Amino acid sequence: MNGKLLEVKNLQVSFFTSVGEVKAVNGIDYSLGYNEVMGIVGESGSGKSVEAYAIMGLLQSPGRVVGGNVLFQGEDILNYDAKQMTDLRGNKISMIFQNPMTCLNPVYTIGNQLSEALTCHNKDISKADAKARAIEMLEFVGINNADKRFAQYPHEFSGGMRQRAMIAMALICDPKLLIADEPTTALDVTIQAQIIELMKDIQKKTDMSIVFITHNLGVVAEICDKVTVMYAGHVMEQGAVNDIFYNPQHPYTRGLLRSMPRLDSESHARMIPIEGTPVDLLDPPKGCSFGPRCEHCMKICLRNDPPLVQIGENGHLSACWLHVRHGAESKEAK
Amino acid sequence: MTSFILKRVGSALITLLVVAAATFFLMNAVPGSPFVTEKSTPEMVARAEAKYGLDKPMVVQFVNYVKGYFVGDMGVSLKMQQDTSVADIIFNQNKLTLSTRVGAFALLLAIILGIPSGCIAAYNRGNGVDGALRVITTIGVAIPGFVVATGLLVLVGVQLQWLPVRSGSLETASAFILPVIALAFYPSCYIAKLTRASMLDAINQDYIRTARAKGLKTGTVIFKHALRNSLIPVITYLGPLTAYVITGGFVVETTFSIPGLGKYFISSILNRDYPIIMGTTIVLAALIIFMNLLVDIAYKLVDPRINLSKGDE
Repeated sequence: MNGKLLEVKNLQVSFFTSVGEVKAVNGIDYSLGYNEVMGIVGESGSGKSVEAYAIMGLLQSPGRVVGGNVLFQGEDILNYDAKQMTDLRGNKISMIFQNPMTCLNPVYTIGNQLSEALTCHNKDISKADAKARAIEMLEFVGINNADKRFAQYPHEFSGGMRQRAMIAMALICDPKLLIADEPTTALDVTIQAQIIELMKDIQKKTDMSIVFITHNLGVVAEICDKVTVMYAGHVMEQGAVNDIFYNPQHPYTRGLLRSMPRLDSESHARMIPIEGTPVDLLDPPKGCSFGPRCEHCMKICLRNDPPLVQIGENGHLSACWLHVRHGAESKEAK
Repeated sequence: MTSFILKRVGSALITLLVVAAATFFLMNAVPGSPFVTEKSTPEMVARAEAKYGLDKPMVVQFVNYVKGYFVGDMGVSLKMQQDTSVADIIFNQNKLTLSTRVGAFALLLAIILGIPSGCIAAYNRGNGVDGALRVITTIGVAIPGFVVATGLLVLVGVQLQWLPVRSGSLETASAFILPVIALAFYPSCYIAKLTRASMLDAINQDYIRTARAKGLKTGTVIFKHALRNSLIPVITYLGPLTAYVITGGFVVETTFSIPGLGKYFISSILNRDYPIIMGTTIVLAALIIFMNLLVDIAYKLVDPRINLSKGDE
């Protein structure tokens, strides 16, 4: 399909805390087409979840969007009022979260919470129809005995089952976009694989796009078409999944890939961590935020913020002074 | 559920037996006799004690009491209404009715005031409304009940003369107001504090974020998803609250001259009217135990994770 489903332009989110402004997201750009899966990777505190909450309008005080646009099907949803956002959430854009153990309300049945997601957007739907649809969704996400499970409470479900139920809940209104905020992080590895399989399967069956937020590069390789690598609220590198894995250009992306365990490495080969600690967002370094930890750091890196420049085909972008060469086409957003 | 209730009834009987034993032996450990007066001679006292079986060994007396209770015989008053059956005094002389009426209204008022003000405080966290409520509720939990009761009496009853000073048998609605407010003040403040804390806890939970992500309206998120979870600690408090309302009732009945069970209970202790002390204690203990059973069942209704038939709650 042509056109963009979601365009994030120069999005900036800050938390206004008592000790100062924390710039969690510092002007990020990406776009997502229909039927596309975008992975957003980065270590803890890189702003990847905050960015997702900003899109959903779920930022908690003292967090606030301070600049940029989020175009969803061409409309800037940052200008929506509370009611428009409520209508959008769970209907056109859904979200699933990291910890399925705590994300379902313990005092209501799975069925109640599932049908509620449907009935709050379709006032006319009958209770029986909502129930039928909820059971259908539970079956769709691979839950057996769905009509019995419908009447059960979250504590009667295992972690993997709960995440399946969360996915069913998110998909019940046929959203155009699913934002998955580390949906597999809290699950053990075999369950992780099942959930990834399920999401791939669902993505194939529907024409839904997914923004998949994770710090697990293996998961990204499994499911994503495109990848955005984030660090300290900035986009470091962006491109097709093959470009990022087989032709990583940004030193941070390379560092991330080197620090990942590999099946094909020598049995005693060590993983190489990225030296240093993540930046203090209250007092970010001047210039490139990755500069102080970068093994290729140059003088300019500590003075000026690198622009995001095109370095290859298929929109392969990198924000590194190493790639700002004479003749390189600048894709700087601003 | 049935097996749970049966188990609870069994444990309630044991609790009552322990309460009865403790009361009986403690009250007999206090020197003196109901029949000793300025004019009485030792022979008169001995004769009276023999008439009511008080000359028998302590254990025999206790066993006789317990036996009596099993066949519905609570004994007769020794002094205050001599030879009137205790059951009659408690159940048929309007005393229990008066006390439970004030208590039930106070309980209801505490819940009706406490829960919404807790929600309002939580919703307005950090601003003026929250601050004002915090001041009021802190005062409420800090001031003893008798001070509140006396203060209301002096201010509203004596100075302003808006409401009667003596509530008496509560024949008019205005007679109810002061005792009920005096009794409900502390628990409403306590419930408000509890609700505020558990509501704040609940609205920061992940499932609230899920509810918002689903596209539910703020009202639904707060009143459906947050409130029910935050009610659990409040329900837990309802058991001890009943006990508070009963003991607080003694003070309030004395202050407002209500001839209720609480006031009568205190007089019975002063008069050493043993059967009345026993009867009142056991009836009130049974009431508290019954309320706790209701609380446990309410618990189950609010929180499906609680399994009443398994383990000891």
